[in-house]
Amino acid sequence: MSTASETARPVTRPISRGRAFRRSRLGRVLLRSPFYFLVALIFIYALFPFLWALRSAFTPDNALFSTPLQYFPRHPTFDNFRAAFEASFFRHALINSTIVAGSVTLLSLAVGSLAAYALGRFRFRGRSFVMYLMLSMTIFPPIAILGALYTLLSGFHIIGFVRFPHLYDTRWALVFTYLIFTLPFTVWVLTSFMRALPRDLEEAAYVDGATPMQVFFKVLLPLIAPGLVTTGLLAFIAAWNEYLFALSFIQSPDNYTVPIAITSFVGKSGSAFQQPWGVIMAATIIVTLPLIAAVLILQRRILAGLTAGAVKG
Amino acid sequence: MVALLVSMSVASAGTERTGATSLSAKAAITAPKVPNAAALKAKYGGQSITFIGDSVGGGHTRDTALASRFSKDTGIKVKVVPHPTASDASYSQLARVFTSHGSSFDVAMIDVVWPGAFAPYLVDLKPKLGAQARLHAAGIVANDTVEGHLVAMPWFGDFGILYYRTDLLKKYGYSSPPKTWTQLFAMAKKIQDGEKASNAQFSGLVFQGNSYEGLTCDALEWIASSGGGQFIDGGKVTINNPKAAAILDLFRKNIGVTTPRGVTSYQEGEAHTAFVTGNAAFMRNWPYAYSIAADPKQSKVVGKFSVTTLPSGPGGHPVGTVGGWQLAVNKYSKHQDAAIEFVRYMTSPAVEKFDAITNTNVPTIPSVAKDPAVVKANPYLKPQIATVARVTRPARYLGTHYNEGSKDIYQGISQILNGKPAKDVLPTIQAQLDRIVK
Amino acid sequence: MTSLATPEPTSGPRRRRTTKLRRRQTRLAWLLLLPSLAVVAFVAIYPLGKTVYQSFTDQEFLQLEPTRWVGLENYRELWHDTVFRNSVWKTVEFTLITVGFEFALGLAIALVVNSSFKGRGVMRAVMLVPWAIPTVVAAQMWKWMLDDTFGVVNDAGTRLHILSHSHAWISDPSTALAAVCAVDIWKTTPFVALLLLAGLQVIPGDLYEAADVDGASQLAQFWYITLPLLAPAILVTLIFRTLDALRVFDVFYVFFGNRLDTQTMAIYNQDTIVGTGHVGYGAAISVAIFLIIAVFVVIYVTFMRVTED
Repeated sequence: MSTASETARPVTRPISRGRAFRRSRLGRVLLRSPFYFLVALIFIYALFPFLWALRSAFTPDNALFSTPLQYFPRHPTFDNFRAAFEASFFRHALINSTIVAGSVTLLSLAVGSLAAYALGRFRFRGRSFVMYLMLSMTIFPPIAILGALYTLLSGFHIIGFVRFPHLYDTRWALVFTYLIFTLPFTVWVLTSFMRALPRDLEEAAYVDGATPMQVFFKVLLPLIAPGLVTTGLLAFIAAWNEYLFALSFIQSPDNYTVPIAITSFVGKSGSAFQQPWGVIMAATIIVTLPLIAAVLILQRRILAGLTAGAVKG
Repeated sequence: MVALLVSMSVASAGTERTGATSLSAKAAITAPKVPNAAALKAKYGGQSITFIGDSVGGGHTRDTALASRFSKDTGIKVKVVPHPTASDASYSQLARVFTSHGSSFDVAMIDVVWPGAFAPYLVDLKPKLGAQARLHAAGIVANDTVEGHLVAMPWFGDFGILYYRTDLLKKYGYSSPPKTWTQLFAMAKKIQDGEKASNAQFSGLVFQGNSYEGLTCDALEWIASSGGGQFIDGGKVTINNPKAAAILDLFRKNIGVTTPRGVTSYQEGEAHTAFVTGNAAFMRNWPYAYSIAADPKQSKVVGKFSVTTLPSGPGGHPVGTVGGWQLAVNKYSKHQDAAIEFVRYMTSPAVEKFDAITNTNVPTIPSVAKDPAVVKANPYLKPQIATVARVTRPARYLGTHYNEGSKDIYQGISQILNGKPAKDVLPTIQAQLDRIVK
Repeated sequence: MTSLATPEPTSGPRRRRTTKLRRRQTRLAWLLLLPSLAVVAFVAIYPLGKTVYQSFTDQEFLQLEPTRWVGLENYRELWHDTVFRNSVWKTVEFTLITVGFEFALGLAIALVVNSSFKGRGVMRAVMLVPWAIPTVVAAQMWKWMLDDTFGVVNDAGTRLHILSHSHAWISDPSTALAAVCAVDIWKTTPFVALLLLAGLQVIPGDLYEAADVDGASQLAQFWYITLPLLAPAILVTLIFRTLDALRVFDVFYVFFGNRLDTQTMAIYNQDTIVGTGHVGYGAAISVAIFLIIAVFVVIYVTFMRVTED
């Protein structure tokens, strides 16, 4: 793809004093300091609650809410982490959530990108209708459809002996119902990415004799890579953190997902009134850190790999 | 052999961090054997029932210990499913199964205010368990009886009590805990003013002031102990009366003065945290907080507190709102008789004693509550406290509309606590409740 | 083999060929949409249809009598329901504040992360932290942080002399909305930032290089290059953020429970269906919420169509 910079060459012109200053060493640092200040502020705003959670996770029970507030625990302890790991329902929840969120994400991306291809690159009657149909799926308050979904999942008789499978209290109930909010979102975002792509690459591929599906996989998908990564990530996290459906469709502790498990910890008194805050914070850290680490590693890799392919084009 | 198995499962529960210290120490006490086991085995052996019991943690561990013992002795297999920790989720779960006439569970643990709502879907236990019900506290049995049918058996009870700091009372020259609400607020003010100098976060009184069911419980105690009735008395809505208005206004004027301003967002957890970290002189809460306040690993007030009955108003006497759980049998269950036998076992004096000692649950059988071993494990069961008059929320009159009625009550009272005079709010609550009760 | 994807049908001599093309194109499009539509059919049509049907009945959660058809009765009652009306205003207020702030903040963060500076990979991961924590846990965490006795916000604020005294942020009706908005903004700005960042990353870098050569200022580049090319991503982000904000539930519930002055549409809806058990009336509320949100969607979409042309 020819670029403007290849044909134009920098023209030597006298630079203004302001520009010279902006380009000088001192100028760069000064101009960037509000920038770095902003960066620092963003860091603090985003991270402080997490750091507070970290502090709470290492704080023993009797120091958690003691006044005056201990910003660093005087006697840090691993007890909370140990308690979190010892709960079998928490360990199962980590696995369940990974499977559920992973499946939903992959399904959404697969189904959604195909739909986005149709909705973003083709013109046909009913296109807008389908877009809004998908959106309307998501607009309905989840609590409104809870009852009906419960009936469906308990093995609903559709017609004759065609029954909806009994998915209550299984992971598949969640994979299925989470599509209600991940699919419309994925379709809409990927469609907007698809629509924004220029025609030339596609047309070049067709001239070379490619089929539509080849164009999809070899040309378009790599170009919307950032969109795929982002929607995948957001869909994963949304499915991971979903609470209402998981609470309503799962019964056995072995099938709990992470949000349910975290809110199921009970304090030493055995009473449901006592939230073992230290353990909950430890569980939250256990759950969040790998997610962040995965994002750190994967995001750069995937983006680098896919975008490099596109530029070569 | 069975005893060893059960005591091992009870001991391992210690690592689950729930009632841990008391459980492991009392692991020597095993789940009681089932009376009449042979006869039951002959009749129902081999059947399977599902029990929706306490949430994961110590409660679930206790349930499985008892269920295994029952299964071992009678051959009736009991599958224990913990209910969600959140109360409304638990309610919805049961309601959904009932309305779809499901038989996915046979026995369920229900809250003390749910018998009225679920009555049409529950088996009448009076024929088979009526005699055993007579062992339990009459007030709770009455609460569980809807239109003459005993739809649930009391399992464990709960009631509101007053926690107070013995050291601070002594420091400020008080020889005994307050007997009236006005006394309470006066003492709270004096202690708070004194303590605030060294501890800026100190408050006189903490309670459950958030806009939720717990506020209905607390407010019931304030009003009933001041001669203002119990929201609905004898089928008539009585909440709009001068005595109720007076006590509610007294509380309203004290918000932020002798209580933290944030108390109107407090539920049980925030209240007990304030007390056990040493930041409150008085607390209204359920008995569960006792074990927390007495545990050096969690509390800063070990040995410096005690409990007593709540104060009363002029012309009233101390009361405690009834909380706790009952056991009910699903009308659509395919194994009703086996389920009833399981309920008989779980609500028997022996099992209630086991519960009380290993999980510090308040027994609903007065004779068990008087047992020295039980009192030792639960100091709030001292006779002078345990015999306090119990008041129940008006579930019996509101039936399936209990949630709506309670919401009208707690939303209104929350408005009062947040600054609106009682005389402006009570007529509205009265009208709303009238509409439901009619 | 004729190309299938020439989207611009032209008039004149190629008309007949184009129609056949169009038909194949359309068929392929619907084939590609089949899996999505299947999901919609199973997961959405039955529950949505049932809800709409229920809104015309007097169904109760735990009822004993059979359900009766009551026509528009529920809607008539809803029209006069002041609690619902207040909840709508509250929700709209919340939506305008949070979406506004989240957009501004999200855009700023996206721009910052998109520019090259050391540590932007870490920054990208850090950005995700608030979004990664489950909402119910985050809400409870903030509730403790904002507490007037134990809260770190009050403690740090008074120590640094930013605050004169401890505030009961949640209990005090005048600060309640601000408190819940602060938490929601903290939690969902990453969502906005990530989407906008993805949009920024597909803008070809050469456009900026060319603009630099031509001597355009940063502001001009932003206004004439970035914004127009980012517009589709902005609109999609705004639509979904608005949808979510209008259906907000978790944070409000954890902070306020069922408090009258802070009810959102979703809380009132949930309470009606599950708490008080008026399923029919609750279904009417759900349909009303759906229509209200649809209004916002129409506004956005019209705007989108206008900018596209």
